[in-house]
Amino acid sequence: MSAVIMSFALTYAQIALALAACLAGYRLLYGPRAQDRVLGLDTFYATAMLLFVVTGIRVGSPFFFEAAMVIGVLAFVATVSLAKFLIRGEVIE
Amino acid sequence: MSYLDTLPPWIAIPVAFFLILGSTLTLLGAFGLARLRDFYDRLHAPTLGTSWGAAGILLASMILMSWNESEPGWSGLRPVLHELVIGIFLMITTPVTLMLLGRAALHRDRIEGTPGIPGAVERADVPHRPTGEEADGEAAPEIDISDAPGEN
Repeated sequence: MSAVIMSFALTYAQIALALAACLAGYRLLYGPRAQDRVLGLDTFYATAMLLFVVTGIRVGSPFFFEAAMVIGVLAFVATVSLAKFLIRGEVIE
Repeated sequence: MSYLDTLPPWIAIPVAFFLILGSTLTLLGAFGLARLRDFYDRLHAPTLGTSWGAAGILLASMILMSWNESEPGWSGLRPVLHELVIGIFLMITTPVTLMLLGRAALHRDRIEGTPGIPGAVERADVPHRPTGEEADGEAAPEIDISDAPGEN
């Protein structure tokens, strides 16, 4: 019973998050301007992090959660540095 | 389905509910990111995924991982420290990054002179930096509230 519920919920969550990553990738590829691409990249990072968490629940291994933490840190650093680059034209002044 | 077979239903049902809630909200946010017309509209859509989308999935993971069962074969039990760290970090960094990105977009739009973008406000404590529009000696553009800002 609970295996059926969990299997359905995990499969649904993985498919929904993969679709969300595809939509973010669409904005990343076809965004009309640079800030749209950066926003798409940020959404892509967040969606990939949640996908790692869901996969970690399905597999039952703690390593996916640590990878998700690393992806979260990388998302912050990447988006902040890209926004700084869009403002100033250089990252470190 | 290795360890999930041994779950009682009163654990599996809230976990499944939060998983479906979080992933649906994330999908809706990404859909808004792909569908909305203006950048300043699109800036709001992915926060649906980073606020309640992430919170739902992390809550599901916390509920599942805090369920204490001394059966053999249970490999998922551990402290919920990872979820807490991810959630707090996401909650702190998302406003910072999106605020910076919005300011970057506003800066670029002012330099390019996109119509419908409000000009910079003079402040006493900040030295005046002329943007591209004002550097030519023109006045700041009139703000048209009725019209949607910049089609791009």
